[in-house]
Amino acid sequence: MKIDKNTINKIARLSRIKLDDKESEDYIKDLNSILDWVEQLNEVNTENIEPLSNISSSILPTREDVSKDANSSDEILENAPDKLEGFFAVPKVVE
Amino acid sequence: MPKSSLKQTLKDLETKKISIRELNQDYLKRIKEKENLNVFIHFNEENVLKQIDNLEKDNSAKKLKGIPIAIKDLFCTKSMPTTAASKILENFNPTYESFVTQKLLDEGSIFVGKTNLDEFAMGSATSTSFFGNTINPLSKDNEPLAPGGSSGGSAAAVAADLCLGATGTDTGGSIRQPASFCGVVGIKPTYGLCSRWGIAAFASSLDQAGIFSHNVEDASILLQSIAGFDQRDSTSAKVDIPNYFENLDVDLNGKTVGIPKEYSIDGTPMEISQIWEDAIKVLEKKGVKIKNISLPHTKYALPTYYIIAPAEASSNLARYDGVKYGFRSNEIDSLDEMYENTRAQGFGREVKRRILIGTYVLSAGYYDAYYLKAQKVRKLIADDFNKAFKECDFIVTPTAPSAAFPLNEKQNDPIKMYLNDVFTVPASLAGLPGISIPFGEDKNNLPLGIQILGKHFDEQQVFNAALSLERSYE
Repeated sequence: MKIDKNTINKIARLSRIKLDDKESEDYIKDLNSILDWVEQLNEVNTENIEPLSNISSSILPTREDVSKDANSSDEILENAPDKLEGFFAVPKVVE
Repeated sequence: MPKSSLKQTLKDLETKKISIRELNQDYLKRIKEKENLNVFIHFNEENVLKQIDNLEKDNSAKKLKGIPIAIKDLFCTKSMPTTAASKILENFNPTYESFVTQKLLDEGSIFVGKTNLDEFAMGSATSTSFFGNTINPLSKDNEPLAPGGSSGGSAAAVAADLCLGATGTDTGGSIRQPASFCGVVGIKPTYGLCSRWGIAAFASSLDQAGIFSHNVEDASILLQSIAGFDQRDSTSAKVDIPNYFENLDVDLNGKTVGIPKEYSIDGTPMEISQIWEDAIKVLEKKGVKIKNISLPHTKYALPTYYIIAPAEASSNLARYDGVKYGFRSNEIDSLDEMYENTRAQGFGREVKRRILIGTYVLSAGYYDAYYLKAQKVRKLIADDFNKAFKECDFIVTPTAPSAAFPLNEKQNDPIKMYLNDVFTVPASLAGLPGISIPFGEDKNNLPLGIQILGKHFDEQQVFNAALSLERSYE
C-alpha cells in the first residue's frame, strides 16, 4: 500500500484541503487503487525517451517584452470575498 | 418538428424569412419547456432579450448575427456569472471575456445561457456538478440517462434543440464522448487552435475548446469562428485558419483511412464493433483505401492521462484559495485554516481526489516515478500517431465504449468511470483533432458515435470525412 494515513495527511496538508477521518479513509482506498492501476506504465521501456510537455507542432512565437499598465486593480478586487483599502484582506497572520 | 440547422437558419435570416427576435423567442420557449433537464447553470431570459434589442439596433453585417449559442460554464463571460460547476466559484462574475466567447460575440451570436458540466470539467457524466446532474434529452421517462461529460450540458442543449450550437472543452474526451451520448456532432480541434485564454484551467497541456452542433456543416462554420491566434495563450498556434465550410469536400476517393487494431477492446458491446465495421464499409465504397494500423502504446494512454491531468489540475487549482475570488469558508481562525476549510468546503469529491493524486505524483521523491514517466510514455503515444499518419490520411474509431448509461448507475469505482475515455484520451495526449458524429444506434435506440482523428491542424480532412460519413448515414 503506497498511501497510508500519514501520507494522505501529508498530501492533504500540501494541497491545503482539510479532510475528516471518513474522507481520509475513502481517499486512501481510492488513491491506492488508482496508483496500483497506473503502475502498469512501468512495463514500458522509456530509456532515452524525452518527456513530452508541449504537444504543439506549430511554432510558438514569443511576444515583445514590454510592460503594460492596465491599472485594473478595482476590477481585480471586484470578486474578492474580503478587501480593504485597495488590497485583498485575509485573516490576521501576525499576532 | 425537425431541427433547423445553423446553415439553413443563416439563410432564413438573410432572406428575412424569420427575424432575429422570432428565432430566439422560439429557442427561449423551448429552453423554458425543458427546464427539467437542468441543462443550464445560468439562464436569464431578460439578458437574452437585451442581447436581441442590441442586435436589432446594430446595422452591421455579422457572420453569426442573431444565432443562439450555448456556452459551457467554464468560459469566462462578462455578461453572465461563471462557476465551472463548482461551489468555489459560485459567486464569480468575470470582469473579462474569454477569447472564444469574445469571437462569438464579435460575430453577433446570442448567448442563451451557461451550460452545466462536471465540476472543473472533471468527469464523464456531468454528475460531479455542484448544481446537480444534467439529464440526457434522449432519456425515456422512467429512466433518466447521463448526457456524458464533462460538457454534458452543451451536448444536451444541442440535442434538445435549445440552441444552434454550443461551446465545449475537451481535455480527455469531454466534447466527443457527450456528443456521442446525446447524438450530436462534437469537434475537439488540434491543441492550440483555439486560445485557452479565459477558460478555467483544468490540465493546461491538454485543454482545448471546441464545438457542438446539429451536423458537420454547422460545426465547420462555428469552429472557424472560434479558432485563431491569441498572444495571451502561450500555446496558441499561429496558423492560417482555412474556411472549413467553403472547403468541405465529400469526395474521399484515393484517401487512406487508418484502422487501429488496438481499439478492438475486450468487452466492447457488439453494436459498437458493428457501427465501426459499418463506417469502414461505407468508406470503402467511397473509394477510400483501408489500412490496418498499429498504435502499440494505446493501452497506456489512460494511466498516462490520469497522472498528467491530475498533476496539472493540482497546480492549476491552487489559485482557488478564498482570497482573490469565489467562495470563502466562515471558519477562518488563521490563514492556513481559511485555505484548508475553503478548499475542503468549496471543492467536490472528484475534484479533491484529483488534486490529492496530482499533489502526490508531483511531490518530492515521486515526481520521476510518476509524472516524468507519464510524460515519456506520452511521447511514445504521440510518436505512434506520427508514424501511423505517414500511412493514412485520417483514423476512424468508435467514440465511446458504450451508449449513454443510466444516471443512477453507481459510479463508485473511479477507474471504471475513467474507462469511458478509453477511445478519446490517446488523441488528446497527442494533441490531435477529433470529431464525433452520430452513426447508428444500440438495441435501445440510443445513438452511438464514430470518431474521426486527423493530423495536427488538418481539421479540414476531419470535417470532410465526417461529412461524407454523415451523408451516407442520414
